[in-house]
Amino acid sequence: MLASVTVPLTLLGLLEREPSHGYDLKRDYDAYFGRGKPLPFGQVYATLSRLARDGKVIGGDAEPGAGPDRKPYAITAQGSKEFDAWLTQPIDPEPHLQTVLFSKVVLALMLGRPAETYLDAQRAAHVQRMRELTEIKRTGVLMDALLADHGLFHLEADLRWIDVTSARLTALAEMVRDS
Amino acid sequence: MTSPNLLAPRALRFMIEARQIYFSFGNTSALAGATMSVAPGEILAVMGPSGSGKSTLLHCLAGIFTPDMGEVWFNGERLDTLPDGRRTELRRTAFGFVFQFGQLVPELTVADNIALPLLLNRVGRKAAYARANAWLPRLELDGLGQRRTGELSGGQAQRVALARALVSRPKVLFADEPTGSLDTLTGELVMDLLVCLAREEGTTVVLVTHDARVAAYADREVMVRDGKVINRAELEVEVTR
Repeated sequence: MLASVTVPLTLLGLLEREPSHGYDLKRDYDAYFGRGKPLPFGQVYATLSRLARDGKVIGGDAEPGAGPDRKPYAITAQGSKEFDAWLTQPIDPEPHLQTVLFSKVVLALMLGRPAETYLDAQRAAHVQRMRELTEIKRTGVLMDALLADHGLFHLEADLRWIDVTSARLTALAEMVRDS
Repeated sequence: MTSPNLLAPRALRFMIEARQIYFSFGNTSALAGATMSVAPGEILAVMGPSGSGKSTLLHCLAGIFTPDMGEVWFNGERLDTLPDGRRTELRRTAFGFVFQFGQLVPELTVADNIALPLLLNRVGRKAAYARANAWLPRLELDGLGQRRTGELSGGQAQRVALARALVSRPKVLFADEPTGSLDTLTGELVMDLLVCLAREEGTTVVLVTHDARVAAYADREVMVRDGKVINRAELEVEVTR
């Protein structure tokens, strides 16, 4: 499952595609991002309430005869702007961000956005951070060099994932489109 | 009408430049409109997956391959239209090369290999060997001058190759996967020396690599994909659209 910080943004991304109900959002979330750890209904509705409170989504009236989970939600211009900013800006390079990157790639493909360009931008951000760490390595004492190495190897692992994902974007796009 | 002078490269701005170059091996396209430039003294990493065209780009920039279309400029001079003789001369006098392996003559000594480009450039034997031997301590090769290069470790051999590439004080050093056959620590030593020496000599470097750790030694990187060059500035424009 994604880190909790990305759940609201991921729901915004799913709503960017089309207005949806809480139930359908949970189903799509679990299918794409849950990986055996489904998002609790309570968290879905609590997140949607917070997004509505903050003006990022707007809830419609519950459909007649339906339960509370049939209330439709749509993304607002503010929500769309926040999602877009998150999607397009590279993340601060740090270890273990693959799950965030993964969700960005899947959502970009789902929305017909240029996933390859986002990956290229992320690669450039990573190499820039590696350049800074390499300079620390070259000019610092051994302790600094070893700490820099730790960061460099983790960033390198991310980059390998980025490269492999870039090479498989066409297949992933077909999978996202067909599911 | 546009003045022809406006089309000339800005010599102080770019040491080497490719403008919309295309190159094919038979029916297989390797470069498809690649455009890039390197500033004087800049160390540029050219990254990309296998088969992306990055080594072909290096060969075109160095005047080894002639593009099917497009232009290559070096230091204010159009390179791709020069006669073969002039291009060969430039490669011998203005360019240095380091490849992954197989570039040294194993039967010759370290000093012979380093002196070789100078001897080919008709530098006197005594002066050539004096200059060659002066490079040994700079590359931590003290005491190895009379050793045959076939007896060296991979890291030592690459340092000899680096000395041989720099001994003629080239304006541009082309390095194609220079650490590709080395382990991590040995590769880092070679890259550290390459960067230090290039800075000391003011040499422009075009470094082809698929390894991000190697690219991180450069001032800037570009990405080659499907025969085109993608640079960071273009990415920043695209993602904010």
